[in-house]
Amino acid sequence: MVERRRFGDLIPHLVLLTGVAIVAFPVYLCFVGSTLDQATIANGQMGLTPGPLFFETYWRTLFVGTSGTTREPVATMLLNSFVMALAIAVGKIAISIISSYAVVYFKFPLRMAAFWLIFITLMLPVEVRIYPTYKIAADLNLLNSYAGLTLPLIASATATLFFRQFFMTIPDELIEASKLDGAGPFRFFKDTVLPLSRTNIAALFVILFIYGWNQYLWPILITTRDDMQTIVIGIKKMIVTADALTEWNVVMATAMLAMLPPVAVVVLMQRWFVKGLVETEK
Amino acid sequence: MASVTLQDVRKVYAGGVEAVQGVTLDIPDGSFTVLLGPSGCGKSTLLRMIAGLETITAGTVSIGGRIVNEVEPADRDIAMVFQNYALYPHMSVYDNMAYGLRNHGVPKAEIESRVAQAAKLLAIGDFLDRKPRALSGGQRQRVAMGRAIVREPQAFLFDEPLSNLDAKLRVQMRIEIRRLHNRLKATSIFVTHDQIEAMTMADKIVVMNGGRVEQTGAPNQVYRFPATRFVATFIGSPAMNLIPGRVVESGLVDVGGGRIAFDAATLPTEVGREVEVGIRPEDLRLAGNGGGALTFTKDFAEELGATRLFHGMVGDAAVVVALAGPAPAGDTFGLSAAPEAVHLFDPASGNSLRKA
Repeated sequence: MVERRRFGDLIPHLVLLTGVAIVAFPVYLCFVGSTLDQATIANGQMGLTPGPLFFETYWRTLFVGTSGTTREPVATMLLNSFVMALAIAVGKIAISIISSYAVVYFKFPLRMAAFWLIFITLMLPVEVRIYPTYKIAADLNLLNSYAGLTLPLIASATATLFFRQFFMTIPDELIEASKLDGAGPFRFFKDTVLPLSRTNIAALFVILFIYGWNQYLWPILITTRDDMQTIVIGIKKMIVTADALTEWNVVMATAMLAMLPPVAVVVLMQRWFVKGLVETEK
Repeated sequence: MASVTLQDVRKVYAGGVEAVQGVTLDIPDGSFTVLLGPSGCGKSTLLRMIAGLETITAGTVSIGGRIVNEVEPADRDIAMVFQNYALYPHMSVYDNMAYGLRNHGVPKAEIESRVAQAAKLLAIGDFLDRKPRALSGGQRQRVAMGRAIVREPQAFLFDEPLSNLDAKLRVQMRIEIRRLHNRLKATSIFVTHDQIEAMTMADKIVVMNGGRVEQTGAPNQVYRFPATRFVATFIGSPAMNLIPGRVVESGLVDVGGGRIAFDAATLPTEVGREVEVGIRPEDLRLAGNGGGALTFTKDFAEELGATRLFHGMVGDAAVVVALAGPAPAGDTFGLSAAPEAVHLFDPASGNSLRKA
């Protein structure tokens, strides 16, 4: 037991608050920047209090875009990112949960070989196999499409492993009871495995949604049309314009907007997320 | 209800391990049969083969006269209660009981009435809406039985259902299961390694060892006339004493630490034969002063309240004696036993020498 001192609670809180300040300050600064005009930021006169242009900047960011070469409104990018992240998260969960189900509950030839094949793809993330993957995507006419953005990223060894480990903790008697209750493999999956995996699915969804949202390298390769670009790429493109001044207020507003969906997912699913990682309901 | 018949049933696992080695068994309609044996004796495997959860390597299993070797578990018309209850954790008590019926397409109204009936019988009506997590061990046990009862099966299979309960609850559930059986009169097969459960609950005990049936019979018969040394030592607590000896004349055997009489009419043996003498601790009594057939040297005593257990030696064999009443003085005293309480076994085969 830690000894209770008079300032026992104070010091940990100070440390925590310092940590929060270090993390939150740049975000706050970014927010302040998004409410000022371009000139103020460029002149280096940016203060610590928000300026008057909040609505104007965000409206312009969302629906007009910068005046540079990439004149894409951020609303489109948000939509693209959202569709991509959602499709990757849902697709990864759907694929990996059924492949784990097959590997754990069915006895077929080369079952373990199949599992290990899935497992070693951990060593082959998209960055490693980028040429062949791009070639295949291009041959299949997947460039500049949601399918091209998501499909090559959907296979997931991590999620398969995660579900496999979870399924192996489900007692065999439950399968046997289901068999006696007349539930076949499909019913057992639908009536027992899926409901028991709820919290795990939620936890994985949070992780995978953020993974999908943060994708950078693959979307930059597979999308060439501006109306297909994701918000992460959009931010980057806004900054690199060499022929004009970077519109920092818009960039910062975009950065703020880019943070919102992942934050929303985490906040909304936090309870389930923690449950899924720590609690076992069996 | 139906009888269950096993004909030369075998189970060989992929590795070549023969878990069940040719069991032939007739479980009469409406009986409460207990499969009893130590861990790994094949009793659970046998039950799971009846349930259809294990494939049958050879032989036939029939339920109600129908051979079910190739029939799916759900279509065998049986219900099983598992050791860890195997309740669906995400379903309410009601849904746990109704699930199997729904899968079998039983009409909703009938499901409701069957569940209500079972809930009343088991006194679990108050928590039909709860999840299994919110129930105590005994309540979960009842729900597991309820799930079996609503199926109205031909036979109930119990796979060590009481081993997860604490001692007090176990005794209570033992009585409840037996009472339930008396009401429902359903054929029940109950697997346990606990000989007290077997003795108290069974109409018929099947003692198994090493994948074989050692003896089948009513509890009293198995206790009083064990067919093999294994059954003799497995049933009864503390276990039956086994002392090597030699028959010196008809009806009298020398065990090194003395001589003891046996009933030569039921145990015909030739003089000079080496035997193993079995006497239950509770069948040994203090012999009168001076006399006594066996000389017992006390090592230590265990107080059980109603009786005292004395551990010690007769000749070269370790012997346990259960004695009520005042402790005998001294460390050495004489013991005797009624001739009918003396069992003889063949030292090599372990079979009883009792005349069939």
